[in-house]
Amino acid sequence: MKLVVAIIRRERLNDVLEELFKSDVQGLSITRVQGHGGEVEHVETYRGTTVKMDLSEKVRLDIGVSNHFVEPTVNAIMHAARTGAVGDGKIFVLPVEKVYRIRTGEEDQAAVTPVSVPAHS
Amino acid sequence: MNSADVGWMMASTALVLLMTPALAFFYGGLVRSKNALNTMMMSFVALGAAGLLWAMAGYSLAFSPGGPFIGGLTHTLLRGVTLDVKGTIPHVLFMAYQGTFAIITVALISGAVIERMRFSAYLLFLMLWSLLVYSPVAHWVWGGGWLASIGVLDFAGGTVVHVNAGIAAFVAAAVLGQRKDFARQAFLPHNVPFVLLGTGLLWFGWFGFNAGSALGANASAALAFTTTMFAPAATMVVWTLLDLWRTRKATAIGSATGIVVGLVAITPAAGFVSPIMAIVLGALAAFPSYFALLYRARTKLDDSLDVLSAHGVGGITGALLTGVFADKAWNGTTDGLIYGHAAQLGIQALSVVVTMAYSAVATFMVLKAVNAIVPLRADRSDEGLGMDVSQHGEEAYAESDGAILVLPNRDARTAPDRTPSWAPAGQGGQS
Repeated sequence: MKLVVAIIRRERLNDVLEELFKSDVQGLSITRVQGHGGEVEHVETYRGTTVKMDLSEKVRLDIGVSNHFVEPTVNAIMHAARTGAVGDGKIFVLPVEKVYRIRTGEEDQAAVTPVSVPAHS
Repeated sequence: MNSADVGWMMASTALVLLMTPALAFFYGGLVRSKNALNTMMMSFVALGAAGLLWAMAGYSLAFSPGGPFIGGLTHTLLRGVTLDVKGTIPHVLFMAYQGTFAIITVALISGAVIERMRFSAYLLFLMLWSLLVYSPVAHWVWGGGWLASIGVLDFAGGTVVHVNAGIAAFVAAAVLGQRKDFARQAFLPHNVPFVLLGTGLLWFGWFGFNAGSALGANASAALAFTTTMFAPAATMVVWTLLDLWRTRKATAIGSATGIVVGLVAITPAAGFVSPIMAIVLGALAAFPSYFALLYRARTKLDDSLDVLSAHGVGGITGALLTGVFADKAWNGTTDGLIYGHAAQLGIQALSVVVTMAYSAVATFMVLKAVNAIVPLRADRSDEGLGMDVSQHGEEAYAESDGAILVLPNRDARTAPDRTPSWAPAGQGGQS
């Protein structure tokens, strides 16, 4: 099993979710995060104060998948989150030691398999 | 000159002016948080731009002597607008009072174009529209133009303000096209309490709008004041019952919308109908707007905040029902359909149709003219990022994390410094 962690643009989130849904990736968590990835900062002005916003709002997706689902997941995110400008984000694929499904106590492969879809071996 | 009239009209002017910031809250609460400031600014900017233009030329085109279709130029730059009496109040006060109507009317249109219209294009549109569309229509009804001479009843601007703005909003929404995520993603209001706050302030200001349109502290103003209180109450109740019938829930935004529709509908009738008929009028007015709103949501028209359903349809309903319920016993001049004067309904219908036609054509031409100078739509990426940051360089709800102060001697725009703020001093980072 792998954990796919993706940091993407906030405004691409809906496209990414749509694309993931089409690829049958159904379980995920998202977090709003702030980060800096070398993109040009935008400038804001409040009365006499000018500020450069160094951290931009991003969305982080955490998706636990079985091995053969890694590639479709990555492809879906890559395809939907890309605008071509600096700041599109990153995808990290991490090994996972153990997974439990809280409701049933299922472990590993069984725990990351969507309930409605029969298990792939 | 009558002191009571002067006092009431100064208070009314301030009340109507407050409606524009109120509208900013009403609209601002209905949009997503990344567009809150831009939406509110679309109303606020009218206070400056439309207000200034009104003094420069708009007032003259609407109210100075001219032909049946447009006023003349004798009052441009406020020439001849003095302390002399117009009616029972000073001419300057009359001019200022009417200016507040010009401001709110253009601001109303913004609800159809929010979250996507380039701010500079909107500003240009607003200025041209106020001179080329608002002023002529105001002249027809109030400036001694042709609608006034055929006897149309429009107490406080149901046709001039609401039908006019509603149709302009429809055309503007159609010309601009849908927001980029339209019909793929739900657009949820980011602050419903703002919507309720805006509604309350709109109702408060509307007493100046309707009762002030009597142009004095008199019996007609008292009638308009009373109908302005009770007609929206009836609309709100009926609207909420419709909500209950359809979804089993009384919604806050539904209540707010019902109040606004009721206020719109009573506007042309305010000083012409009896209070009890005002309640009937308000109750009836809920139906067309309610179902227009439901229908619009199923179409491809992105009239984002339903200006057409609330103000266009509400204004048309109000204008027509004025011709039905007008009561000579209360207004001293004209009866409507139910008191045996059916012709009044025909006159009302004519004024609505003509205003709709003129507003649609003129708005379309103004939009095309603006588009030739500056694109109407903001860039797609700016729309995605949010109109607050992209159009105004501000955020409604800014986080100060990662905000680096730019010292006055370093212009961030000409010398972008790519070093992250957390890099140790004197080290260049990896840029």
